[in-house]
Amino acid sequence: MDGEITQPMLSVHIRKAHRGGASLVLDVSLEAPPGITILFGPSGAGKSTLLDCLAGLVSPDSGKIMIGEDVLFDSAARINVPPQKRRIAYVFQSLALFPHLTVAQNVEYGLSELVERERQERTADILETFRVEKLRNQKPGEISGGERQRAALARSLVTAPCALLLDEPLTGLDAELKASIVKDLRAWNAAKRIPILYVTHSREEVDALGDRVIAIENGRVVSHGAPMDVLDAPRRKRLAQAAGFENLLSGTVLDLREPDGVMRVRLGESKCEIEVPLGHASAGDRVQVAIRAGDILLASERPRGLSARNILEGRMLSLEQRGAMFVARVDCGVTFVAHVTPGAVRALELAAEKQVWLVVKTHSCHLVD
Amino acid sequence: MSSLALSFELAGSVAAILLLIGTLVAYWLAYSNWRGKFLLESIVALPLVLPPTVLGFYALLAMGPSGPLGKLWMALFGHGLAFTFSGLVLASVVYSFPFAVQPLIASFEGVDRKLLEASAVLGAGKWRTFRRVILPLSLPGMVTALVLSFAHTLGEFGVVLMVGGNLAGVTRTVSIDIYDRVQSLEYGEANHLALLLLAIAFTVLCLVYAVNRRVWMPAWARWTAK
Repeated sequence: MDGEITQPMLSVHIRKAHRGGASLVLDVSLEAPPGITILFGPSGAGKSTLLDCLAGLVSPDSGKIMIGEDVLFDSAARINVPPQKRRIAYVFQSLALFPHLTVAQNVEYGLSELVERERQERTADILETFRVEKLRNQKPGEISGGERQRAALARSLVTAPCALLLDEPLTGLDAELKASIVKDLRAWNAAKRIPILYVTHSREEVDALGDRVIAIENGRVVSHGAPMDVLDAPRRKRLAQAAGFENLLSGTVLDLREPDGVMRVRLGESKCEIEVPLGHASAGDRVQVAIRAGDILLASERPRGLSARNILEGRMLSLEQRGAMFVARVDCGVTFVAHVTPGAVRALELAAEKQVWLVVKTHSCHLVD
Repeated sequence: MSSLALSFELAGSVAAILLLIGTLVAYWLAYSNWRGKFLLESIVALPLVLPPTVLGFYALLAMGPSGPLGKLWMALFGHGLAFTFSGLVLASVVYSFPFAVQPLIASFEGVDRKLLEASAVLGAGKWRTFRRVILPLSLPGMVTALVLSFAHTLGEFGVVLMVGGNLAGVTRTVSIDIYDRVQSLEYGEANHLALLLLAIAFTVLCLVYAVNRRVWMPAWARWTAK
């Protein structure tokens, strides 16, 4: 086995029924070349179970898992390599750093087979790569969240694994910190070229990381490809909702304006018309349009002089506070859901029955096949 | 040998043996997926609810000249097991078993499973995971097990009386000594020993609670960091 010289493909074809009566059956075939492949889907879609199967922590009912020519699991040949022999690195959502060991001791944990000198060299190298060398003598409990994520990555990657599994490892970090960790991960992988499976249900992370995306829903792969193809035109309603599209509206294409790259869609049976980016459709086709509630602007008077093409007049149906924001439901012939800040609610004197105008940019309208 | 020294020797041997056996049994009980493990759990907990005389009675039968253990012992060592120090150790191990095993199970189960999985994917087998992750994180449980089985053995009476009888220097432990002295109206001597046992019991419990409240965790952390 040598994951550093060859560039092995991770190929998976497994089936695993959940024990205990839950209806989820994981039935997945996928291939991940070196580089970052994102596994995207709602919670409970089976993403973590899939990673557990790959790492050997859970045994699939049937199927085959290979990295390059190495068989890690093959139900037909009764091969099931135990986790400690798979050379697959796995960073859990909880990170699972050993609380009683220092950062350096955590990192050295997977290097017990090496002689002392080599162990120290490799530890020093990886601590530097992930910028945690100053924390080498600190315990996980004494460092920040971002530092812990870096330490966990360093601990997993120091073993020169054949593949890396990341289960929402950057949850709870701010965007800047995320970006800097991802940058270091990319730099590391530019040299090592191993398949990295990155599980997330966050749109932002998909945008920031995406080489390839595999969308998983109810234990099955529902689509794969570049992030733009998989997510910006969400193919499945649930996926769209998972990705934060609160508005999913069906409509009829009225006409295509190809020079402008747009088309007009009438929503439902109403008179409400909106302009959306040009898609694979022709006049008269039924389409679904997905719009995030956070992408809709509200105005208390008819707005003028805006670049946004969609300005819809409507009547406020309800206004509910959810945490630090308000959810407004507005009837424009069809019902839209928009998110508004408490400040805006006060400034616009928003209330039920009030007449309002919705403003939606053309490119905030996503076409769903 | 004084009855106090004998009691300490007995309690020390029992605690040491129980730490070893108890760790094995507790590890298995904490991590096994066998559906019938409640059977073993019940057997381990039996001494908690049985009167010591019942346990002692059956231990005596088993260790007697016609009992299976007694016969085995005779074949191996050429003498019987009942009314000997070894017999006392054996019966006490059974009697104090839950006091060692229960805290060990609790602390093994308290170790985050994700840490064990992390250890496995980092290439460690079960033994290495046990030594480097479970054991250091279970130290308070091990101390509790050691101290409780020691203290419980120190204070036992019924089992010792049934299995050991009352042979000075061989099986007369301090609790039996106290009983003896009360019977012969030596209240001053009895009080002496009783006070001593009281003090020991209190110290031991303070130790257990302090460890579990992590009073000494900073010191422990410094020690494991080396």
